Amino acid sequence: MPVVSGYNSSDCPIRYFQNPSSRSLLFESRSEEKKKKIRMAASDRTVLQFGPSSAATSNVTAKVHPLVIFNICDCYVRRPDQAERVIGTLLGSVLPDGTVDIRNSYVVPHNEFSDQVALDIEYHHTMLKSHLKVNPQEVIVGWFSTGLGVTGGSALIHEFYCREVPNPVHLTVDTGFRNGEGTVKAYVSVNLSLGDRQLAAQFQEIPLDLRMIEAERVGFDILKSTSVDKLPSDLEGMEVLMERLLTLINDIYKYVDDTVVSMIIFLFLFYSQIVLI
Amino acid sequence: MANTMARSFLQVAAAEEVAPPLRVVQIEGLVMLKIIKHCKEFSPALVTGQLLGLDVGSVLEVTNCFPFPIQEEDEEIEADGANYQLEMMRCLREVNVDNNTVGWYQSTMLGCFQTAELIETFLNYQENIRRCVCIIYDPSRSNQGALAFKALKLSDSFMDLYRSNNFTGEKLREKNLSWVDIFEEIPVKVSNSALISAFMTELEPDTPVTQRDYDRLQLSSSPFLERNMEFLIECMDDLSVEQQKFQFYYRSLTRQQAQQQSWLQKRRDENKARKAAGEEPLPEEDPSNPIFKPIPEPPRLESFLIANRIANYCNQINGCRHCCHYNYYYCCYLLPLLLLLLVVLATIRCYCSFCHCFCCWLLLILLLPLSIVGGGGGGGGDGEDDDDDDDDYYYYYYYYYCSY
Repeated sequence: MPVVSGYNSSDCPIRYFQNPSSRSLLFESRSEEKKKKIRMAASDRTVLQFGPSSAATSNVTAKVHPLVIFNICDCYVRRPDQAERVIGTLLGSVLPDGTVDIRNSYVVPHNEFSDQVALDIEYHHTMLKSHLKVNPQEVIVGWFSTGLGVTGGSALIHEFYCREVPNPVHLTVDTGFRNGEGTVKAYVSVNLSLGDRQLAAQFQEIPLDLRMIEAERVGFDILKSTSVDKLPSDLEGMEVLMERLLTLINDIYKYVDDTVVSMIIFLFLFYSQIVLI
Repeated sequence: MANTMARSFLQVAAAEEVAPPLRVVQIEGLVMLKIIKHCKEFSPALVTGQLLGLDVGSVLEVTNCFPFPIQEEDEEIEADGANYQLEMMRCLREVNVDNNTVGWYQSTMLGCFQTAELIETFLNYQENIRRCVCIIYDPSRSNQGALAFKALKLSDSFMDLYRSNNFTGEKLREKNLSWVDIFEEIPVKVSNSALISAFMTELEPDTPVTQRDYDRLQLSSSPFLERNMEFLIECMDDLSVEQQKFQFYYRSLTRQQAQQQSWLQKRRDENKARKAAGEEPLPEEDPSNPIFKPIPEPPRLESFLIANRIANYCNQINGCRHCCHYNYYYCCYLLPLLLLLLVVLATIRCYCSFCHCFCCWLLLILLLPLSIVGGGGGGGGDGEDDDDDDDDYYYYYYYYYCSY
């Protein structure tokens, strides 16, 4: 199944797909408020149908805990020599407001050839059982892979995970820093079907909340550097917090000052206009 | 040639027996986050897990860990637990994680982890692993802002003594072992791979505006202090029970010795009478007599552990006091000024009795509550001579109060 995804500048996902039976390129843009359906200018007059209730997928957001990123990076560093990327399962829960809370993860050994993907399903089930023994609330919510963007092999793996859980979230973590930054993105997939035929799986990006609250509690200084000689004591931790609070207060102070100055200038100009008039 | 080679091989093998002492435990950030997550999820229940890593020279590297499920009271838990552990280790080995157990971690509630079970677990681990360490994490103290990670191991002298099962008073005095020598705390270092360091640098929020951990600045420590005091009181009760056991032992020992002496005296008198009568003297010992049965000495291990716990609580209370009573510092400077004022008033007394009386009474009424608050809290942060300071202040007040 071919799968392509791309983005336009107005930050609205546009999906390009090529119908093998027609040579025209069709594009379709979807936003929260309106949905445009464009009919195919092709020889056969079949109406293109989009996947079921895209409204459900458009409200999904994901939240990632820092432990997941740590785990993925550690697994990537330990991957076997011939593997280019690592994939694995994401565990977590779905919060009442629809947000997917990704709390834990484990890597699953896999092999990727040119057009085939082999996944160790038994390993996946064994680890899942072990994790459920410790914490039965953490269930499968999706899967992750390293690397930028969604590839053909990912679609096959995503199909497998669709059988495990209704709407899996696909997380990509760019460990290669290809764009000059470590991009972490989350996708959900919607099926495109033409009549009865499955055409493509479109991977729609969903908003991802990367706030690292637990990492803040531990302290970014400890997690950022490659080696820390001593854990900070109570007072040192409080000192760091106070310094940050001081910076925050200074920032806010400066902001308020600037606002006041600009207000004064604005009022001066306003009244001078009135006077002149 | 063969001889020299064999000797050098033996020398090498002998040299390897001497392991360098454990100096530092190096934890990965991943392990810290996993432990924090596991302990926090199940707090206040106490949970445990296994540590995996490598033993390199004088550094023990902990590179990964996995949690143990909470076991219900069941008969099949032994087999289940062992199965779970084996499965996890096997699965982790397949993905190139260090498959080597180096210890275990456990969560604790306000630091009451020094129990006999901990020592038993240590000895169980020590049978299979040459060097193992226990990491203790306290989620309740971490809520106060400190990162309460501690790496512990049993000291070698204590282990030898425990194995020989000889925990009597004389043996302890002989080995010069006191309650501080049971556990050894090892400094903890944190290391991260370069990749994760890059990611964290990237994901750190740029401004402090978006950070959310300012609730750690909340300095109200009274619930924390209250619970510490509660635990401390319980420990004192336990300690008094142990001391009563010892007192009972010593009393029965002296009583037994007195009985033995009197019996011996009677025997000697009997023997003298028999010698005078020309008969065989009776032996001066009688092992079948119950007063000669040695009374077993109660073991001292429990009282040592209780002493450890008490020291822990006291340290925590001291640390908490230092953090939270900085705002009373001003009292330390204000109080001498107030006292100076009182001295001045006392000298004025000689010149004007009426107005001075009124002023003095007014001042006392105003200053007494301040001094009580300041005296109570202003000692904090000064050091160990709190009680002396308090006594001085109160003494001055009572002196002037009573001097009319």
